[in-house]
Amino acid sequence: MEFGYSEEQKMLDESIRRFVNSEVPLDRIRELVLEGTGYDEKIWSGLAELGVLGVLIPEEFGGAGMGFLDATIIQESLGYVVAPAPFLGTSIMAPTAILAAGSDDQKNKWLPEISSGNLKVGLGLTEVTGARENAGVSFSGGKANGKAMFVIDGECADGYILAAGKDTLVWVAAGAAGLTKTRLNTVDNTRGVVELVLDGVEAELIGTQGGEAAAVQKTVDAGRTALAADLLGTSQRMLERAVEYAKERKQFNRVIASFQGLKHTCADMAANLEPCRAMVWYAAHCQQEIADEATLLACQVKSHLSEVSTPIANDTTLVHGGMGFTDLMGLHFWFKRIGLSRQLLGSPEAVREEAAVLQGWVAA
Amino acid sequence: MDLSYGKEYDEYREEVRAFIKEHGHKSPDSSKQGNKPDAEDKAWQKLLIERGYAARIIPKEYGGYGGEADLLKSVIIDEEFDEAGVSKGLGGQGISMLVPTLLELGTDEQKEKWIKPTLEGEIFWAQGYSEPGAGSDLASLQTKAHVEDGKFVINGQKIWTSSAHFADMMFILVRTEPDAPKHKGISYLLLPMDTPGIEIRPLVTMTGEATFNEVFFEDVKVPTDQIVANRGEGWMVANATLKHERGMLGDPRQSSSLLHQVVELMKTEDVNGVKLMDSPIFRDRLLKLQGRVMAMQYNSMRLLSNDLSGNVELMPILVVKLIGTHLNQDICGLAIDALGELGVLYDDSKYLRNSGMWQTRYMFMLGLIIGGGTSHIQKNIISEHGLGMPREPKPQKTA
Ligand SMILES: Cc1cc2nc3c(=O)[nH]c(=O)nc-3n(C[C@H](O)[C@H](O)[C@H](O)COP(=O)(O)OP(=O)(O)OC[C@H]3O[C@@H](n4cnc5c(N)ncnc54)[C@H](O)[C@@H]3O)c2cc1C
Repeated sequence: MEFGYSEEQKMLDESIRRFVNSEVPLDRIRELVLEGTGYDEKIWSGLAELGVLGVLIPEEFGGAGMGFLDATIIQESLGYVVAPAPFLGTSIMAPTAILAAGSDDQKNKWLPEISSGNLKVGLGLTEVTGARENAGVSFSGGKANGKAMFVIDGECADGYILAAGKDTLVWVAAGAAGLTKTRLNTVDNTRGVVELVLDGVEAELIGTQGGEAAAVQKTVDAGRTALAADLLGTSQRMLERAVEYAKERKQFNRVIASFQGLKHTCADMAANLEPCRAMVWYAAHCQQEIADEATLLACQVKSHLSEVSTPIANDTTLVHGGMGFTDLMGLHFWFKRIGLSRQLLGSPEAVREEAAVLQGWVAA
Repeated sequence: MDLSYGKEYDEYREEVRAFIKEHGHKSPDSSKQGNKPDAEDKAWQKLLIERGYAARIIPKEYGGYGGEADLLKSVIIDEEFDEAGVSKGLGGQGISMLVPTLLELGTDEQKEKWIKPTLEGEIFWAQGYSEPGAGSDLASLQTKAHVEDGKFVINGQKIWTSSAHFADMMFILVRTEPDAPKHKGISYLLLPMDTPGIEIRPLVTMTGEATFNEVFFEDVKVPTDQIVANRGEGWMVANATLKHERGMLGDPRQSSSLLHQVVELMKTEDVNGVKLMDSPIFRDRLLKLQGRVMAMQYNSMRLLSNDLSGNVELMPILVVKLIGTHLNQDICGLAIDALGELGVLYDDSKYLRNSGMWQTRYMFMLGLIIGGGTSHIQKNIISEHGLGMPREPKPQKTA
């Protein structure tokens, strides 16, 4: 039995960490959040060079043919440095949808382009997980109509995969006639979330109409699991910064890390976060290998990581005192990324309710 | 138990209601705090003072209403103004902290000079306490002042100074007696912000606004009569002031008003066509928060009763800031979770709810969890002063 990373995965983890730590410094984040597109050419092409954009894409379609745990390893690192990169939508959710529902032609058309970094994809599944403002997309006769809110990685995308109801997936090209894109400003400017309004927009069915409920679910599960990995990375970095700061900052003639009250705050964060690591691994493993458990784990890992991360965001800020409340240390970029990840694809309560239904504890 | 305030007070309540009915429309938006008062604010403040709804017990000679101390009347004013959503007049650290301090410890001359214009909004104050090296351990502050030609000469730096970028004056703590023990070497001075040698650099907070500052002092000269109490007594004066600040942070009235806003939100918003209030999960979270708010409201009733009878109980006072600030943040957290993705919208985004206040408040409340004595410090105070536990021992000196 071996529960954890393989030798190859350890190497992947190391190389991606080396990349993000050198290529995504805080100064760059500061510039990029002003643009707020959730995208940076240099970071993206760097990831393409590392060959990780096609992590979930089989080699026959130009991908790296790796597994879901590899994908979450990468996502965790992106969360660790709050990288503005549309990896979640493009490299995790889009390939999951296309591989699950797409025809061979579609796979050949899109997957190699995704692998090479030429095609960025926004994902609009919010109406599956919780519709607001009467949003929702309908599809008939090759045209899509309606509204998709909170499209993940939508700001910089070249194309969109949208759910039309809970069982149909369509592709819409960016800039298509009748398509209106509006940026939705969230607290987290490291990611570009948009609203799409579709008025008779030409759309391409992925799979069959009304027959792709499983693919939609699989894509949501993949997104949630990856968001959990992102939260893991983001929270891990916050915890590290809290500990680093506490060991340096002096008050009352001693480092604040020597105060038991403050140690307990940090120990609580660490104790809650540590088991999350194994949970993310297992959830990622399920996405690929244990279909029966994939959805339950996706629900629980997303909501559990959210519950653990929120206090970490607050307490790490508290440990930094007034400094934490300022922009000076940039801590708030992590704080805000946690804030958005917590809500994307469903807030913890909403997602747990799905887990209850799934387990037959309550009727849908 | 007798919860009625008595007939006299029922009449007073009617009076307050009548005032609000007649004049309430002139009230500035009560949410627009933290800015320099404008003409509308000042006119409203003036009216409130005239009628005894602000600066009630401050003597007339200092610009107050000159009423007798009557806690119940003050409470009735608070209750009725809050209920009507009408502004209770000017706030800020000058009115809430400096004025009571001067009344307690200032000279007659200082009271005459500073209190009236402060109450009227003509002078806005900043609090210059914290320094880069002195936050929780405020008494270790290093900004120095020595006397030269009949003036204090200040050198050093303050940080996290709210409102310094538009304040007229600052009350500041400086070290004047470098050889005395740290708590005994501090003095409390008053100084105009346009004194030569002061440089103000705004600091942007996590919400993106620049509400506080770094303030640098280079040979800043202050007349020696602008000291409150004596040299070396500044720590004692500051504690008198801090006492007023701590009472302000975590006020259950604010929790209650936030809670009401979440109730309204959950009654009106829906997800997948279901009203949030119809979700048993969010409703239970709301009800739990209501329970916490109620506990703090009755806690403050108990404090009021103690104040009326002169009874002193420490614990119910010590918990207010810690519990209240976290409670307020949790209330905002529920609003955000209930709104889901809509809850993370910010700035001027489309679909913004309540002008985006839930995110800003959520972060702002974290600021209050940190400011004015962090939660760790509050817990130290509760355990040491409230529960009589010994202080954490000083680390052993290693040779
Ligand atoms: C929104 C805001 C407004 C403010 N406005 C003003 C103002 O107008 N004027 C002003 O003078 N100051 C102001 N402050 C400053 C505020 O009072 C300080 O930030 C606060 O006292 C904490 O000090 P610090 O930032 O140096 O943190 P530190 O004291 O360095 O604290 C860092 C961490 O160490 C912990 N810690 C410290 N000592 C102990 C201990 N003994 N036991 C356990 N843990 C400990 C703290 O809880 C915190 O988590 C403001 C702060 C904020 C956030």
